[in-house]
Amino acid sequence: MGKVAYYPGCALEGSGGPYDKSTRALVKALGLEMENLKDYNCCGAMEVKNIHPMLQTYLSARNMAIASEQMGLDAVMAPCNGCYHNLKKAEYETATSEKAMETVQDLARKADDPVYKGDVRTLHLLEWLMEELGTEGIKQRISKSLNGIKIANYYGCMYVRPRQIFPEKDQGPGSESSYKPHFMDDLLGAAGAVNVDFPLKTACCGGAHTLSDSDTSTQLVLNIIQAAEDAGAEVIATECPTCHSGLEMHQIRAETEFGIKTNVKVLYFTQLLGLALGLSPRKLGIHENISDSVGYLKEKGVI
Amino acid sequence: MAIHEKSLIEPERILSEEKLVVDGVDVSGSWNTMITPRYLRDYDDDFEAVIQKYAGGENVHRCWQCGSCTNSCTMYAQNVQFNPRYWIYLTRLGLKDEIIKDKDIIWQCVSCNKCTNICPKDVRPEGVMKALAHWMEEQSITEKTPSTHFDETFWEEIYHTGRIEDASVMMGFFKKTNQPLMQDWLVVFGKRMMKYLPIAQMAKMGLNFIAKPRTKSWGKTGEVLKAYVQEQKEAAHG
Ligand code: SF4
Ligand code: SF4
Repeated sequence: MGKVAYYPGCALEGSGGPYDKSTRALVKALGLEMENLKDYNCCGAMEVKNIHPMLQTYLSARNMAIASEQMGLDAVMAPCNGCYHNLKKAEYETATSEKAMETVQDLARKADDPVYKGDVRTLHLLEWLMEELGTEGIKQRISKSLNGIKIANYYGCMYVRPRQIFPEKDQGPGSESSYKPHFMDDLLGAAGAVNVDFPLKTACCGGAHTLSDSDTSTQLVLNIIQAAEDAGAEVIATECPTCHSGLEMHQIRAETEFGIKTNVKVLYFTQLLGLALGLSPRKLGIHENISDSVGYLKEKGVI
Repeated sequence: MAIHEKSLIEPERILSEEKLVVDGVDVSGSWNTMITPRYLRDYDDDFEAVIQKYAGGENVHRCWQCGSCTNSCTMYAQNVQFNPRYWIYLTRLGLKDEIIKDKDIIWQCVSCNKCTNICPKDVRPEGVMKALAHWMEEQSITEKTPSTHFDETFWEEIYHTGRIEDASVMMGFFKKTNQPLMQDWLVVFGKRMMKYLPIAQMAKMGLNFIAKPRTKSWGKTGEVLKAYVQEQKEAAHG
């Protein structure tokens, strides 16, 4: 595949800064081609659909139209689960409902926005890496093994659910699974990590209620962290800025408000993969994570 | 004899007697619990249609009560009172009063979509949860929930600039819900965030907060979307 439009979304430009940094560094080191999605808008995250679902569909369609109409690209790559989910959902809605497509196009004309024609596909960063390089391609580029560090790969909700909007998943060998996703396991495994058997790969972190119902979110995050620790993991690898911040925030909240201390480190999979490619921790924003893993990674001989 | 789903029966309707003789037969012991009958006259035949008009509630009529949604539900695992299947059942029967009893927890649905993923009838229970929560707010049965405040803060930012900025959404939300900004755990969080953050990154975040990031080509998009939503809501709810 050729060049893709990179859609960082608001999260990677804000609290997910280290994810943005490590994604850019990784993509460059791997020699893949992407171009920033021009003047994009927010995907509406999980919130605007509750005001009205068409808002979510439109916001995503607008971004896809920018990629095709203004940049001549037919694929948008998003590292954020929320952005990815919303783009996929808009793709699905407009492809399966003529009325939805008509409404989207009608609104675009009224707003003098580029008009979406259904000609753009969306990829999560994980899918893009697997499609472009696969595990073999990664193996060839590894300069420093992850030294068998034990990782629980956490994918969260929006990368896999609801499965209807991801027609390319669950297509047999080689494809991603919506029940038991494995792309992150595959990539980090190829980089020398040991993936532990982690049953809560797609459990919910309570991201929708991080602030509005913190007790629930803290409990859900604790379930994930404790399951990871029980499985023997030293690190939880994430592939979503919202899940990542949720894990970090509620790990602290559990500690300060409920006195429950946990030890597992939380790192973006791009940071881990970047280390295996020999990139410096600074370039990957490892110091900018709230979950402080620097000492641990040194101990393990990974940095 | 255990009564399953006892939690769904009002305590005052459960009668337990030490010694109980019914029609001359001594049923003390395991059969000593009775439930007084109840006559329902307060159902609303049109209620299902009302919920169908809310975004997300469209397919509620398809439910065949298999229970898969509740079985897979993240919130049910936290609290067995959180029961999407049951609320969908009540919606279809028009038993509003029964639903209202759970008004304080329905909004807690975390939108994990496990229910929508598994439902064999494409009911989309996650949407029904939102529809019920919104109906209760609009009927003033509940106040606006924290979740709705958050959604609105979020949409307002997008409406104006096309984008959002984490810190300002967070502060806007705290303000709307009258919460203190300096919550202990957030202070610890902030401190850990600052610990290693490069000055340039910190400056950028501060700057973002003051001069909010904006989509330059946003133009009248916000206006057009707002007008559309208004129109749709009026068409659905008058
Ligand atoms: S999974 Fe679907 S059909 Fe089954 S009880 Fe829930 S809403 Fe009804
Ligand atoms: S989306 Fe809501 S109702 Fe559905 S499974 Fe998740 S928490 Fe339960």
